[in-house]
Amino acid sequence: MSIDDDAGGPARVLVVGASASGLTTVEALRRKGHAGPITVLGDEPHAPYDRPPLSKQVLSGAWEPERAALRTRDVLAALDAEFVFGDPAVALDVVGRSVRTESGRELPADAIVIATGVRPRQLPGQQDLAGVHVLRTLDDCLALRGDLLAGSRLVVVGEGVLGSEIAATARTLGLDVTLTGPLAAPMALQVGPLVSGVLAELHTERGVKLRLGTGVVGLTGEGGRVTGVRLATDEVLPADVVVVAIGAIPATEWLADSGLELDNGVVCDSRCRAEEGIYAVGDVARWHHEGLGRLVRLENRTNATEQAMAVAAEILGEGRPYTPVPYFWTDQYDAKLQVHGFLPADAEVDVVEGDLTARRFVARYRSEGRVTGVLGWNMPKQARLRRQEIVDGLDAPAPTH
Amino acid sequence: MKVVVDEEKCVAAGQCVNAAMDVFDQREEDGIVVLLDENPSDDLADDVRTAAAVCPALAIRIEE
Repeated sequence: MSIDDDAGGPARVLVVGASASGLTTVEALRRKGHAGPITVLGDEPHAPYDRPPLSKQVLSGAWEPERAALRTRDVLAALDAEFVFGDPAVALDVVGRSVRTESGRELPADAIVIATGVRPRQLPGQQDLAGVHVLRTLDDCLALRGDLLAGSRLVVVGEGVLGSEIAATARTLGLDVTLTGPLAAPMALQVGPLVSGVLAELHTERGVKLRLGTGVVGLTGEGGRVTGVRLATDEVLPADVVVVAIGAIPATEWLADSGLELDNGVVCDSRCRAEEGIYAVGDVARWHHEGLGRLVRLENRTNATEQAMAVAAEILGEGRPYTPVPYFWTDQYDAKLQVHGFLPADAEVDVVEGDLTARRFVARYRSEGRVTGVLGWNMPKQARLRRQEIVDGLDAPAPTH
Repeated sequence: MKVVVDEEKCVAAGQCVNAAMDVFDQREEDGIVVLLDENPSDDLADDVRTAAAVCPALAIRIEE
């Protein structure tokens, strides 16, 4: 199966973004037999690498950074694609189907895949202070690791998945760690009050100070270096290193004048099409999930792969609506959490296997009578075996009000 | 086709089992991948390639 360009030759595909979703798009196209030219444009200088280890194994030093590479040089070469690194896209011409880059390249294509991901939100003024970090890229990770090894007091701003993982890793490295954020417990937004309560106990036991339930208003500094984090209560948490992990924004600035609909990501139909011949994948894509009947944008590793495979099929005319059951995991200390499906804030949560106090359990999340998600805490297989209950919930007709 | 799994890289997602349940399973105690069939037959080859592609930890290698 393949697609043709206007003259009947094999179509040219351009993938904008060289991380997991961009690379997987290319691999899936080749695996499905697409023989036409493919160009991959990346804004970072590095060959494709994996991001989940950046807050864990690479940050802790358990892995050399090279181990996070997504593919070896030989495997990349065998894809017979042109990789352009270190040259961000700056504009998209939807009608002419072409992308312009910072260095002035014009890259026309028959199909364009937008895979530019997200970038971290920042606190006002943080760029002017040394010792303040975000964590998204490999370079971010290495800079943070350098400061963690030299520092002693870390404040993590943001109690989400990334902030909680960084707090755990830094604590393991022996730093004095404070985790702060507006919600009541680590990952409260992602896993709800019951499980985030267990996470709060775990972090406290391991020596992380939780200063939660209050907003951060800014940073304090002296001589160009951060000295602390100021809370809404006016209290200042002293720090020599600060990580700001307060969420991320889809990297769509370069599309501002393209005419594409941008609303918390590149808005796409159920087949991840933003326009004829233009697709979006991964963290940047907000597509219509037919099983849920609404737009969804997922920032997780599994979606980067699955959505890329769906888009590759769509480009080759083999597509169908993309209706995944989302999945993410997080490792903090000895806790391995696996989350399948959606965990709405108002869900009813039951422990259906194992024991909360033993920290080995499966929790089931139900909303409006349907199972929407399952969470495993050190019970990965048992959680996965309940995935079908979520699929059944997605298939069931939506309740009427 | 020969399949090689890296237990150390495995994050126990179980996505491989969803893709190819005749070839992969998970340990009961910690969810780490169990390879049921090192040399899957040709009719399973596509499923196994999908399993390797969806593994979020790049823990599955295929030697064709």
